Amino acid sequence: MTRYLELVCPAGTPAALRVAVDAGADSVYCGFQDCTNARNYPGLNFDRDELRAGVAYAHARGCRVFVAVNTFPRAGDLGPWQRAIDDAAGAGADAVILADLGMLDYAARHHPRLRRHLSVQAAAASPFAIRFYVETFGVSRVVLPRVLAVAEVAALIGETGVEAEVFAFGSLGTMVEGRCYLSSYMTGRSPSCDGVCAPAEHVSYREEGDQLASYLGSVLMNRVDAGEGAAYPTPCKGRFLVRGEPRYLFEEPTALNVMPLLAELKAAGVTALKIEGRQRSRAYVGAVVAAFRRSLDALAAGAALPAEAAALREIAEGGRETFGAYQKGWR
Amino acid sequence: MSALTKGRLTLGPLLFHWPAAQRRDFYARIADEAPVDCIYLGEVVCSKRLAWYEKDLPEIAARLRRAGKQVVFSTPALITETREAKAIEALAAQCAAEDLIEINDLAAVPLLGGRKFISGPLINVFNEATRDVLVRLGAVRVNAPIELSQTALATLAAGNPTGETEVFAFGRQPLAISQRCYHARAHDLHKDDCQFVCERDTDGLAAAELDGRPLLAINGTQTLSHGYFVLLDELDDLRAAGVSHFRLSPQALDMVAVAELYRAALDHAVSTDEVLARLQEWIAPIPLINGYLHGRPGMEWQPARHR
Repeated sequence: MTRYLELVCPAGTPAALRVAVDAGADSVYCGFQDCTNARNYPGLNFDRDELRAGVAYAHARGCRVFVAVNTFPRAGDLGPWQRAIDDAAGAGADAVILADLGMLDYAARHHPRLRRHLSVQAAAASPFAIRFYVETFGVSRVVLPRVLAVAEVAALIGETGVEAEVFAFGSLGTMVEGRCYLSSYMTGRSPSCDGVCAPAEHVSYREEGDQLASYLGSVLMNRVDAGEGAAYPTPCKGRFLVRGEPRYLFEEPTALNVMPLLAELKAAGVTALKIEGRQRSRAYVGAVVAAFRRSLDALAAGAALPAEAAALREIAEGGRETFGAYQKGWR
Repeated sequence: MSALTKGRLTLGPLLFHWPAAQRRDFYARIADEAPVDCIYLGEVVCSKRLAWYEKDLPEIAARLRRAGKQVVFSTPALITETREAKAIEALAAQCAAEDLIEINDLAAVPLLGGRKFISGPLINVFNEATRDVLVRLGAVRVNAPIELSQTALATLAAGNPTGETEVFAFGRQPLAISQRCYHARAHDLHKDDCQFVCERDTDGLAAAELDGRPLLAINGTQTLSHGYFVLLDELDDLRAAGVSHFRLSPQALDMVAVAELYRAALDHAVSTDEVLARLQEWIAPIPLINGYLHGRPGMEWQPARHR
């Protein structure tokens, strides 16, 4: 197989977009400054003029731009999502990344020539689900959920023939995406509809003796020795009492890094690798994108992969890495 | 005020893994005594569990039908394996014409062979545009996701061309689903060799904050609220908006009594204050929750304005 692996990179801000493009992204993805995208955090995202400028900057350098409109509108409030799709099309974006059935339907009807990518928020992890989206809405690419082993990714691509984009680096949730209400259960704000998981204004840290306690809303998420440093209190990374013992019930705080699996993913027929992290700094984006660029170029040239692993480990969440579901035994 | 819908009661699929005998006894009593109009049967959480009780389902369904109940077969929250897909295709081909199928994963839609279906509460139907897509695809009843507020629920119900909108009204709220089994993980077991430890916790396995306050209930690959959700004071407003069905989700308590209380509340035979007091007494020390209805954190309880 000589297929080229496309590198899809996060652009949380116009500055991050330029950093990612300059560091060698083949595509960048971004969103508008509101709840229409799944990284609705203060200080992030693009206004309409910034998106047009970002598209021009990227296109001039051979890089594509995908706009995430990947949250679920609440009943009675479709307008912002429809406008986001219209404005992405108007700005010359190369694709919209969608999850909601109503918005997929809207985009297919109003902008039939604009490519529709299925967001990971739709969590299509089986050939049956993928066929449903492809046949019903003409979806041309699916961002696969972070729950599949490499062999399953290969089988899925083989069975559906779909363009598959898979996560390569960044945070790793353990719940099926787009169907997790843990954050709204504790804070009232939802990843699905508000585009925020564990929003910062609901997070607090308290020193309790020699220990540091982290809270999400009123919920104690973890308590660690003060020197240890507390991980961000995302609900699925919390430590809870189960059967009398404190446990990381869902997942340890780790970051996904597939760098050692690049050749396998390419052989599986994957079209694109996605770097997570629109909420991350420009320095983070630049470092991760450049590292993956060097590795993918080496892979394409049939050369030995450069030793990037150590450098990336330092910036991984919690300083610990995992292959996540790509390796057997994760479940 | 607009006319109220009749307010039909449904009994949602049993989400927990009860021993087969307990399951049979439960549905026998429901058939004979519970004032519910419609019963959802089948496995939503983990298709491995079906091996323990699948053979009982035809008889359970027949008994419910004889009692005049509508029977709906629920299908998994996640369809990932060919075996699960084939089971849905077989169900769609074989189940009686008057029975309905509830989908909980959109992957089920192309497996139904054109059969009409009920869109379950685990499908993301957050808005009217999505509702209309599902109706076009064959949905005859649409369940709203638990996360929606009362205002959004009313909007979703108001223009529903099928006239059938269902909302979750009682029980632990399903908050998340995973490919991973947290019951197995809590017992240091692998999902493929889980020894069905979930059977030990007929109302879920408690997960508490480190200082001991219970927070969540684990049910295999599913995570539920610790508190029992109770929609009561909002019943009439939602009926006026067009909500036709209210779902009671089976928990390990007297569900016949719960159904009787809800029926009495819908018929205005008992005040909601009294119903609430009774429920609270049965459920204690587990708290009641209803935050989502009021745009609050789901784990909170918001008392009615008049109280």
